[in-house]
Amino acid sequence: MSLIVDHISYIYGKDTGTPIEALKDVSLSIPDGQFIGIIGHTGSGKSTLMQHLNGLEKASSGTIYFNGEDVYEKGYNLKNLRSKVGLVFQYPEHQLFAETVFADVCYGPKNLGLSKSDCELRAYDALRKVGFPEDLIFTSPFELSGGQKRRAAIAGVLAMKPEVLILDEPTAGLDPKGRDEILTQIKKLQKEENMTILLVSHSMEDVAEYVDRIVVLNEGKIFLDNTPKEVFRHYKELEEIGLSAPQVTYIMHDLADAGLNVRCDVTTVSEAADEIVRALSR
Amino acid sequence: MMDIIRTKDVVYEYIRRDDEGAVTGITTAVDHVSLGIKQGDFIAILGHNGSGKSTLAKHFNAILTPEEGTVWVDGMDTLEEKNVWNVRQTAGMVFQNPDNQIIAPVVEEDVGFGPENMGVPTEEIWKRVEESLKAVGMYEFRKHSPNNLSGGQKQRVSIAGVLAMKPKCIVLDEPTAMLDPQGRREVLKAVHELNKLEGVTVILITHYMEEVTDADKVFVMDSGKVVMQGTPKQIFTLVDELKELRLDVPQPTLLAWELKKRGIPLPDGILTGEELVQAIKDLK
Amino acid sequence: MLRDITLGQYYQTESVIHRLDPRVKLLGTILFFISLFCFSNPAGYAIALLFLAAVIITTHVPFSYMIKGMKTIVVLIIITVVINLFMTQGDVVVEFWKFKITKQGIVMAVQIFFRIAMLIVGSSIMTLTTTPNHLTDGMERGLRFLKVIKVPVHEIAMMMSIALRFIPILLEETDKIMKAQLARGADLESGNIFKRIKAMVPILVPLFISSFRRANDLASAMEARCYRGGEGRTKMKPLKYTSRDAVAYLVLFAYMVVSISVGRLDALKIM
Repeated sequence: MSLIVDHISYIYGKDTGTPIEALKDVSLSIPDGQFIGIIGHTGSGKSTLMQHLNGLEKASSGTIYFNGEDVYEKGYNLKNLRSKVGLVFQYPEHQLFAETVFADVCYGPKNLGLSKSDCELRAYDALRKVGFPEDLIFTSPFELSGGQKRRAAIAGVLAMKPEVLILDEPTAGLDPKGRDEILTQIKKLQKEENMTILLVSHSMEDVAEYVDRIVVLNEGKIFLDNTPKEVFRHYKELEEIGLSAPQVTYIMHDLADAGLNVRCDVTTVSEAADEIVRALSR
Repeated sequence: MMDIIRTKDVVYEYIRRDDEGAVTGITTAVDHVSLGIKQGDFIAILGHNGSGKSTLAKHFNAILTPEEGTVWVDGMDTLEEKNVWNVRQTAGMVFQNPDNQIIAPVVEEDVGFGPENMGVPTEEIWKRVEESLKAVGMYEFRKHSPNNLSGGQKQRVSIAGVLAMKPKCIVLDEPTAMLDPQGRREVLKAVHELNKLEGVTVILITHYMEEVTDADKVFVMDSGKVVMQGTPKQIFTLVDELKELRLDVPQPTLLAWELKKRGIPLPDGILTGEELVQAIKDLK
Repeated sequence: MLRDITLGQYYQTESVIHRLDPRVKLLGTILFFISLFCFSNPAGYAIALLFLAAVIITTHVPFSYMIKGMKTIVVLIIITVVINLFMTQGDVVVEFWKFKITKQGIVMAVQIFFRIAMLIVGSSIMTLTTTPNHLTDGMERGLRFLKVIKVPVHEIAMMMSIALRFIPILLEETDKIMKAQLARGADLESGNIFKRIKAMVPILVPLFISSFRRANDLASAMEARCYRGGEGRTKMKPLKYTSRDAVAYLVLFAYMVVSISVGRLDALKIM
């Protein structure tokens, strides 16, 4: 049970005369239950790749296997793929439309043809999982605060009961507290529901804190694909493509250069603090 | 020196109504705020979403006027009808969404929009447009359509559009919230240059802590009130309080704070990686 | 998907016609239309055709590009021509089954064909050679006299110009919302017409809300930049007539006099 991307390329704009190759020979293997960070600057192909994973875009060449089945095979049920690989777009609250939060979250399961009671059960469950305040589920989604709208929208995708959840910058525009709350909820989904999570983000600090593995995209190609520690070891190469490692990584390198005996491959603040204390007390 | 912006006991409330128009709740977005901002300073206003910082910012440009209290922009009371256009010319405003504030379909025409409204003569408009676009490094894009620009470039065009009105002060309401790190850097660089080279007073509203380490003064807002003010060093010493206010601290500051909790004797107010590395070196 | 739609088909190239004042082109198009409805003999159409051909050559816009966007309108032309061909009463030329083709019908059909074709080509020349903002500028200045009867000319022009700026943004947004609802299992392509209309609700509601939000933001941004209507406004790019425009007006005048007097010769004789 997994998602395998097999040498896909995607070219668009062929008919306008200036074809653009948004993805170039991308291969990825995504095992169950992993939390993966997808990093790359604007235009690196991140969002395009995510839209391929749930069948919204079709690759020009190569194929994608979901749970062993070729999703481009004739007769493959794309609607089923879209429910199993949930995609939360950037600013997902902009897609809310129903009169109440609850009705909006029911929209996905209803499209799957489930009975009314099943839809409601799933909607209730999804809202609970994202920590949406219970007393607000029958209010209009347009009266909520930014963070609450975001949760409602994520619940709308969760109610489809996806096995893989893709989130395109789920914390954009949120304040630090809102960001931490959403990321913690997502981490919980991985831990407790064994959901596979793909998190598209600009923030190295966020990614370093939560994910098991980082995939760096640059100009439509996979640039690095490894654990955070290994990826940030290449901080100089990351800088060359306009990205950077978390600030603590730089501090550790500077300290090492200054003669302090610290490991440089730490990626979070608490790890760094432990490491510095250890080095100083020696 | 006279304050470019001064507020005294400003109160602003949002009234929520149901479908029949009956009042269902009142949110006090700005609650008795009094502050002064010096001409030429780089000021940051911090606060989480809903802390009232954007509502306060809209008072500096007379888009909102206080329900109680007074706002003076360059000595002009914003409540007086006759001052409105002069206030808006004195304190320009850049908004959060880069798409929703560019009016014209060509970059240079958008920058000319403000001066056109002010009745500036044609030749003078061209001069101002050229100067403003050069100041934000967007001159070579003057003939482009805004739709083909990146987020950071769009925000710089918006800044140029305000600059062309020759304001004494620019208020930026979360200008980087919708940008990627690259765009964020571009915009901050442009804003800092304006402050240093052109001497324009900058009021930056944000919740990104890293953006305010260079500010002359920081105001922190929570539930409509100014709860902290001081230099970045003074503010960032108060890590526990900032966390309580749903705010972040820059990673180097946070690391220094963690180290101190573990018993390492570091000085207060570390803001950058270099400062932290130096402080640890000094320990040895 | 939707991003393939290109609106405002301005063709970027260097030509005298491109550089003409938009007011000349606006008036020229209107006068050309009027002339087409005045002719009562083939000579008039011939002159109009020659004039149009001359203008097309001067624009430097490839003829193939010009007619590329007209495929959909061809159907309309054919239908109109066919209706006129069969429905006009008069001297029967050919007769088969229930249909009669009359002499008058043929004349009418040919006339209609030329009229519509030239109308469409004529108006497309204006949009092909004038940028949308230039066009709105031209309308604002050229139609200023309507202000006397309380038509808000400046506001209408400003609205058109803002609409042009936001069309691509809203198309992109529609695309994104559509994909987001598809990701939630929306089915936009099957079922009868009512089902499909119902399926559009989750796309249209967010789109309306977003448009209102954008409009609200934009209004704040415009006010913050001292916008207060057309009064007391100066122009960054004011429209100014040059000698080129005077020549163009002369040519237009000459065309009108020649084409209409020739085109109505027989009408005069009958009288």
